[in-house]
Amino acid sequence: MKYIDEYRDPDIVRRVAAKIRDSVTRQWSIMEICGGQTHAIMKYNLTELLPPEITLIHGPGCPVCVTPLEKIDKALVLASIEGTILASFGDMMRVPGTSSDLLRAKAEGADVRVVYSPLDALKTAIANPERKVVFFAIGFETTAPANALALIQAARMELSNFFLLSSHVLVPPAIRAILSSEDTSIDGLLAPGHVCTVTGYDDYIDLASEFNLPVAVTGFEPIDILHGILTTVQMLESGRNEVENCYSRSVNREGNPHALKTMYDVFEVCDRQWRGIGLIPGSGLAIRDKYSAFDAEKHFTLNNIVSKEPEICIAGAVLRGTARPSDCPAFGISCTPEHPLGAPMVSSEGACAAYYHYKSQH
Amino acid sequence: MEISCPKPYNEYDKIVLAHGSGGRLSNRLIHDIIISVLGETYIDSAHDGAVLDIPGKQAFTTDSFVVTPLFFPGGDIGYLAVNGTVNDLVCCGARPLYLSLSLIIEEGLLISELVSVISSVAKAARIAGIKIVTGDTKVVEKGKADKIFINTAGVGSIPEGRIISPHQCAEGDVIIITGTIADHGISILSTREGLSFDSPIRSDCTPMNEIAELIFSVTNDIHVMRDPTRGGVASALNEISHTSGKEIIINESDLPLNPLVKGACEIMGFDPLYLANEGKLLVFLPGKYAGRVLSAIRSHPYGRHARIIGKVTGDEPIVKMKTLVGSTRIVEMITGEQLPRIC
Repeated sequence: MKYIDEYRDPDIVRRVAAKIRDSVTRQWSIMEICGGQTHAIMKYNLTELLPPEITLIHGPGCPVCVTPLEKIDKALVLASIEGTILASFGDMMRVPGTSSDLLRAKAEGADVRVVYSPLDALKTAIANPERKVVFFAIGFETTAPANALALIQAARMELSNFFLLSSHVLVPPAIRAILSSEDTSIDGLLAPGHVCTVTGYDDYIDLASEFNLPVAVTGFEPIDILHGILTTVQMLESGRNEVENCYSRSVNREGNPHALKTMYDVFEVCDRQWRGIGLIPGSGLAIRDKYSAFDAEKHFTLNNIVSKEPEICIAGAVLRGTARPSDCPAFGISCTPEHPLGAPMVSSEGACAAYYHYKSQH
Repeated sequence: MEISCPKPYNEYDKIVLAHGSGGRLSNRLIHDIIISVLGETYIDSAHDGAVLDIPGKQAFTTDSFVVTPLFFPGGDIGYLAVNGTVNDLVCCGARPLYLSLSLIIEEGLLISELVSVISSVAKAARIAGIKIVTGDTKVVEKGKADKIFINTAGVGSIPEGRIISPHQCAEGDVIIITGTIADHGISILSTREGLSFDSPIRSDCTPMNEIAELIFSVTNDIHVMRDPTRGGVASALNEISHTSGKEIIINESDLPLNPLVKGACEIMGFDPLYLANEGKLLVFLPGKYAGRVLSAIRSHPYGRHARIIGKVTGDEPIVKMKTLVGSTRIVEMITGEQLPRIC
């Protein structure tokens, strides 16, 4: 398959891996920010190809994992309201709320529907004018523009039965929070290729100079990831704290101005709670006042919902990169993909689930 | 003045509750629609049950079918309901003989759709050479079922000398898959989600008894056969590994994949190893027969893409895969349903 197979070619993989081995002279810890990258690293077990000097730290870039418990609980309440349809991306279905998840709510009679796009949710609203349709809008800068577009269309069509439960988050503020914490040991970053496709990478240039570390904008295929690691190692070894774009077939420095304009037309930056990490200032996107009629949190009464995360789960440390999933006492024992205690065990992009599926369960 | 009662309708284009009442409409449904469409594939004993005379060792299996949508490229629920049970018998080393057919129909199902489904039952039974000998029909209220549910149970006879079971899995066994994987899963998912591709992805739904007999024509020394349906190849291999306590290693680069299916998996974020197949067999056998068995399978139209995908390597219940890029990883059992990824 064109544009896929080339980036999984075993000969090139071997050559890039050999170059990494040749370039490295000391221990380096590199964080891949995006959950899609974590998934690919585990799926192809790329760590097996890396020299022992390289430690990969799995970052917070799984949108499902970082969606705060409170939002899940709110989604569950919305789903339980008679006459409401809750539309969600598939991998949110199993994420545990305080006492249930959307799959269970569905089994108990709630009308919860898996959609592939917010526009599918919009179509559901158009087809069911007597029902209220809430789309559970999660994700980073990658999904926010499309969700914004759905709201703009709903406004244009003057729909009064379409709402977003918005839980959008922004990557750079979270990385800043992680790099600022005392227990961090990150030497270099693989920036998330899809997010940078939308946003460009100026923010990462700021991060590189602020924290004196190199950043490689990196894609998601095995060769993309190894190329990102190689570039980061070369910058580390030569003491260059710069940003290099290793995913130029998708990313340019400016990003996608149309997508950004759409996103900021509907959303504005707000403080946001991250599951397992806590409140990060300026790290979320909230629906602007001019679109507040479509904001599920304003239309429905949800203010009284306050949630608390289970204490045993070390999701926070895993998402900050200070612990590995297998460091958790619950990993593979009381916390499995069938009975996840924390969100990183749910999504295939979550570090815990990726470890469980592809590495070792104990 | 002539007095007349309004006559009840006898002609319906949809199934109504009265079709399940046991009265005249039920009778017409069973005889004029079901039995007539089944034709020679149905043996009518006009009795409460079928009396079978089968010598020797037999296999007996049952399966229920609740697929949505009822019709998909490459098959429908009727075709699936026969092939699913036929293939389970085949995996026991049996030659399929007799089948029961039970229908649970939701009121409102179009009679024309029912006729299509039963026609497919007949077609599949003809191809597999299995006879339908008993059955049942129930009609339930709207909302109590999803159009139609089908249960089939099948009986087959196991010829002398065949011992096929996951317990037979032995170190050194070679593992063959009889064709491309994940075709059924992607066909259903893309139809269900309204995703269209340049050409529709067809389900592989087929009876596997002919291929099985080709395999046995080479040797009866086949250790395991399994049709990797729900949960796909990964789950089937894990079941065999856990039952036998053996380590299995497969090669990712040897997994046969239709390019369209591969593309759909990339777009939707699905792993083909976990998607259903309805016309494939995993065959475990001693390496010395692998070449001849592979040729035999490939001589059949349904087996053209057969490949050796791995082998049984040790005494630990685990499934591993040599990845495309040369590393090795674990292949886990599926957790719940595969859910499309967000991005």
